[in-house]
Amino acid sequence: MKIAISTTGNTLDAAIDPRFGRAARFLIYDLDDKTFTLVENEQNLNAAQGAGIQAAKIIADNEAKAIISGQCGPKAFKILSAAGITIYPCDAGSVAEAIELYTAGALQPAKDATVEGHWV
Amino acid sequence: MKIAIASGKGGTGKTTLATALAQAAAQPVQLLDCDVEEPNAHIFVKPQWTNHKDATIAIPVLDTTRCTNCGKCGELCQFNAIVTIANQTMIFSDLCHSCGGCVLVCPEKALQEQPKTIGYIDTGHSGEITFIKGTLVIGEAMSPPVIRQVKKTAAADQLTIIDCPPGTSCPMMTAVNGSDFVLLVTEPTPFGLHDLKLAVETLRSMDIPFAVVVNRAGCGDDKVDHYCRNEQISLLLQIKDDRRVATAYSRGDGLLSALPELATQLRSLLTEIEKRINQAQGQTQGGGTQ
Amino acid sequence: MKEIVIISGKGGTGKTSITASFAALSKDAVFADCDVDAADLHLLLQPLAIKSMPFISGNVARINEQKCSGCGTCNSLCRFDAVQPGTPYTINPTDCEGCGVCVHFCPEQAIEFPPQRCGEWFQSETRFGPMIHAALDIGAENSGKLVSLVRQEARNLAEANQHELILIDGPPGIGCPVIAATTGAHAVFVITEPTCSGKHDLLRVLELTEHFDIPTYICVNKWDINPDMTQQIKIAGEEKGATFIGTIPYDQQITKAQIEGKTIVEWGDTIAAIAIKEIWNSFCEQLGIAS
Repeated sequence: MKIAISTTGNTLDAAIDPRFGRAARFLIYDLDDKTFTLVENEQNLNAAQGAGIQAAKIIADNEAKAIISGQCGPKAFKILSAAGITIYPCDAGSVAEAIELYTAGALQPAKDATVEGHWV
Repeated sequence: MKIAIASGKGGTGKTTLATALAQAAAQPVQLLDCDVEEPNAHIFVKPQWTNHKDATIAIPVLDTTRCTNCGKCGELCQFNAIVTIANQTMIFSDLCHSCGGCVLVCPEKALQEQPKTIGYIDTGHSGEITFIKGTLVIGEAMSPPVIRQVKKTAAADQLTIIDCPPGTSCPMMTAVNGSDFVLLVTEPTPFGLHDLKLAVETLRSMDIPFAVVVNRAGCGDDKVDHYCRNEQISLLLQIKDDRRVATAYSRGDGLLSALPELATQLRSLLTEIEKRINQAQGQTQGGGTQ
Repeated sequence: MKEIVIISGKGGTGKTSITASFAALSKDAVFADCDVDAADLHLLLQPLAIKSMPFISGNVARINEQKCSGCGTCNSLCRFDAVQPGTPYTINPTDCEGCGVCVHFCPEQAIEFPPQRCGEWFQSETRFGPMIHAALDIGAENSGKLVSLVRQEARNLAEANQHELILIDGPPGIGCPVIAATTGAHAVFVITEPTCSGKHDLLRVLELTEHFDIPTYICVNKWDINPDMTQQIKIAGEEKGATFIGTIPYDQQITKAQIEGKTIVEWGDTIAAIAIKEIWNSFCEQLGIAS
């Protein structure tokens, strides 16, 4: 199974990006063979609006079943839930720490959007 | 003749001037309140309302029995208002700009458009004034479509005064677009001058003739006068800073109730604007050779 | 970290003058000018830019004249009247909504769709602390997104340097830029004036903050122009669940200070300066900010 983590860096030691829709990129981590790939979220940074929607689509297209990020707005939440992707808000420092917390079952799934939409 | 009353800075007296001009006009006049986020010209005009209608935009609705979740609509939509994900297509109507692209691109004809109310258009009368007000529904983000619908409701060939929203971006530009002349209302302060410059640049880029009215003259400095002189912008009227005006305004009484003597000046202002519009049109019709 | 947005509904109620005074009184804040349409806060805070970045938002259609066959498909599909017929057809960038419909359906693939620069944003230093501000290009659109960007950059800066407070000068109105400036903030501070229009617009603002569930505080500027209306606003505001936090008297010295590029609290102990200090202290106390 794959999970996604929003991040500002390129490695497992990199920090989690607290933004979801406008995160720099996503690290897609394969829990089975413990490898990862990086997916840029660049197009979203310049999107006129609805960055969270596009980001959610990237997560689904990469077949991740869970997303660990800082915050998640209402539209992204709706799409991710519809796609059967669980959202785990997490304020851990690094991607590696977040993966560890996830595998230990220490992260709580979000039941609702964690922030108001930014409208644009 | 369409005259828009605009300003970069808010609270400089757009509504005060627009309503007073309409009241002083001494002829049938249409007054449009295009400040649809915060419309308040009606407070001063006190019209008898005669008509109420919805301002709508067309948003797509999905027929799930036809949709094959091919995702073409979402690829076309620049506003992320429609998305196909994990074999589901979802519409976020508050992001929709009503361009109609998704309906055109759908190979299954699974999308149709349906009106969504984002505001109201109210029409009323007060003396010789036909008053048309646009109001944006609270929580809706897009005011330009409501502004366009206010302007469409007005008759084409009558003296029309447009009370515009503040600023210099989409709502202000939508309101002034298509006007024959713009009066920019400012006040003699650093904020007033700074925002006036932005509004001047905007109107120059849109190629609409304009002039300046200084409200609360005497309350600040003379930098607005200097600026207008240097830029060869006509300063057509100065309204003195007068506490009587502020007090009347606070009660919902207009400029003319505090300073009735201004009516003559406002009528001359209208005549002057008409002259300038005719001159400008004469020039373009003459091939712009001057 | 707390995010406070100062708005007014109606323009010209003294919002920026009072925000700048709060900036002068604050101890550890980042300032953000989210009135990107007619940004004036910099006239009082005189920021020195240490970084500037272009603001890119969306795309704009442009017809390649060599490829245009003049078929008029773009014109018949455009809902924003942005296409001007001719040989070749042209697109007025001011009217272009950036929807891309003409780009997609042009049979000659003659329409380009480059990203659009809409303005510039800055990170600056002021005599009271760091500031994020922006300028929208003339005729550019999407101020709502620029507002979001300014807010996000202010947040990044506050988080990185552990500032306690973000003070936001918000836009007028209740539309897209205001929604972008206020959603998710800790509190909204509304500065209104004792006039029919001020009250009318305040009530619309309060409906908006109620809609987005944001705690709201109200203050009446120039209250003595109409004490009766001030009282009416207090009652109406409290009925709507907002907290009435105080009044500021009409003070011509505010304009004098503005001409000198100063906030009124730096200018001297004028009647407005005293009232603003009291309001700031009581506001900080209610929100648990060090005053």
